[in-house]
Amino acid sequence: MIEFNNVTKVYPNGVVGLDNINLKINPGEFVIIVGLSGAGKSTLLRSINRLHEISSGEIIIDGKSITKAKGADLRRIRRDIGMIFQNFNLVKRVSVIKNVLSGRVGYHSTLRTILGLWPKRDVELALDALARVNIPDKAYIRADQLSGGQQQRVSIARALAQEAKLILADEPVASLDPLTTRQVMDDLQRINQELGITTIVNLHFLDLAREYGTRIIGLRAGKLVFDGPVEEATDDVFSEIYGRQIRKDELLGNVEA
Amino acid sequence: MAQQAIQKPKAPVSSKIRFTVIFLILLALYVIAYRGTDFALGDLISGLPRIGTMLSQLWPPDFNYFVDILTPMLQTLQIAILGTTFGALFAIPFILLASRNVFQSRWVTGIARMVLNFVRTIPDMLLAGLFVAVVGIGPLAGMLAMVVFSFGIITKLAYESVEAIDPGPLEAMTAVGANKWQFISFAVVPQALPSFVAYILYTFEICVRASAILGLVGAGGIGMHLQIALDTFQYQHVASIILFTLVVVILIDTLSTYVREKLL
Repeated sequence: MIEFNNVTKVYPNGVVGLDNINLKINPGEFVIIVGLSGAGKSTLLRSINRLHEISSGEIIIDGKSITKAKGADLRRIRRDIGMIFQNFNLVKRVSVIKNVLSGRVGYHSTLRTILGLWPKRDVELALDALARVNIPDKAYIRADQLSGGQQQRVSIARALAQEAKLILADEPVASLDPLTTRQVMDDLQRINQELGITTIVNLHFLDLAREYGTRIIGLRAGKLVFDGPVEEATDDVFSEIYGRQIRKDELLGNVEA
Repeated sequence: MAQQAIQKPKAPVSSKIRFTVIFLILLALYVIAYRGTDFALGDLISGLPRIGTMLSQLWPPDFNYFVDILTPMLQTLQIAILGTTFGALFAIPFILLASRNVFQSRWVTGIARMVLNFVRTIPDMLLAGLFVAVVGIGPLAGMLAMVVFSFGIITKLAYESVEAIDPGPLEAMTAVGANKWQFISFAVVPQALPSFVAYILYTFEICVRASAILGLVGAGGIGMHLQIALDTFQYQHVASIILFTLVVVILIDTLSTYVREKLL
C-alpha cells in the first residue's frame, strides 16, 4: 500500500508541483493519473520512488517511509518499485537481456553484478520476463535494433525481472504510435491482472484511461481534484479536471490491435 | 502609430563606443607584442637566402641514417604508448569524479576539476624537464611526462563527453535501486566507453608528436638525436629524422583516425 500524507512539492522557482496531496493506493490497483501537462502528474509519480524530492509531508510504501529512507534503505525500497519511462531509458548499445538484467542489481553484490556473474535463476527470470511481453527471441540483440514499442516492452521486462511489487509508468505510450500504444497498455494490464502488481500510470489519452484503469486520479495545478473508480469518471468529470471541454487530440480513437 | 513603425531603428551609440574601445585595446596589444619580439621585417627578408642554404644542406636526406635512428624512433613510440596507457588508467577515476551527472556534489566535481585544471596548465616540455631532474636523463623521464600530459588531455575530453550521455539510463538505474558502482557500470560505462577509447587514440597521436621532441630536454626518444644532429650541423641527419618522424606520425594518425571513425 502507498500512502501520501500531506505531500507538497514546491519547485525552487516557486511553482507549486503538488499541493497537499493525501492519497492511499491499495495493492493490485491499476491507477491512472490524468491532468493537463504541468498539472503535476509526473511529479506525483516520481515522488513515489523519490526520483523527485518532496518539500513537505511523507510518502509511505508498505509501511516504510521512503521520504525518510537513506542510502541502502532507500535502494532497498526502490528495488521493489519498477519504473517505465516515456523514452524507455534503455542503454541502447547494450543487449536486450543485459538491459533486463540491470533490473536485478539490487539483489546481488556490487562485484557480482559488475562482472556480470548473474545466477542462473536471474537469467531465467529475465528470459521469462521477455517472454511475458512477447519478445523472447530478442534477448541477445542490441536494444537499439528494436522498434519503439519493442523497446518499451524491454523496459517492462526490466521491471518484471526486478520482481517489482509496484510499477510506475510515466507517460509510457507518449512516444508510440496508436497500434503499439495498445500493445504496451495490454501488456501492463495483463501483468497487473495476472501477477497482481500494483500499477500507476500517467496518461494523457482519456479514452485509454477509461479503458484500462480501475481507478482514476485527476490532478489540476498540483491539487487532487478527482479520485474514484473508473465508472465515476464521466465526461463532465474529465472536463472539470481539465477546466475545459475535452478535445479530440486527447482521445486516442479506435485502433484495431 | 503607422509612422512610428516606418522609422528605422538607430544603432545604439554604446555599441559603437564598445567596438572602438575593443579595437584600440587589440591594437595596443599588437604594438606591445611587435616590440617585445624584436620583430623586424628586414631581418626576415635578409634571412631568406639562409633558408635556401639550409634547405639545400638538408637535401638529400641520409637514408643510411634511417637504420641508426630506428631504435630511438621505436623508443619514442614506446614512450607514447606507455605514457598514454598509464595516463588513461589514472584518468578513469578523475573523469567520473569530475562529471556532474555521476557525482551530484559540487564539492566532489569542483575539487576534481581544480586538480585537472592545474595538471593541464603544465606544458609538456616543462613536465619532461621536471622528470629529468627527478629520475635523470633518459626515456623514463619522457614516459612519466607523457603520463601526466595524456592524463590532462584525456580527463578533459572524456568528462565532457560523460556529461553529454543520455540521462535516461542513469535515471533508470537510480530507479531500480542501483548503488553508485552499479550505476556507473550499467549506465555510464557502456555509454561513455566508445568516446573514451576514441579520446585515448587521439591523445596517443598527440603524445607521439610530443614525445618526438622530448629528447631536446634529455627525456629520451628521437628528439635526442635531433638535438645532436642540429648541434653538429649534420643537416642531412636532421632531414632524415624529420622525414622519418613525418612518415611515422602520418601512419599513426591515419590508422588512429580510421579506428576512431569505426568506434563512433
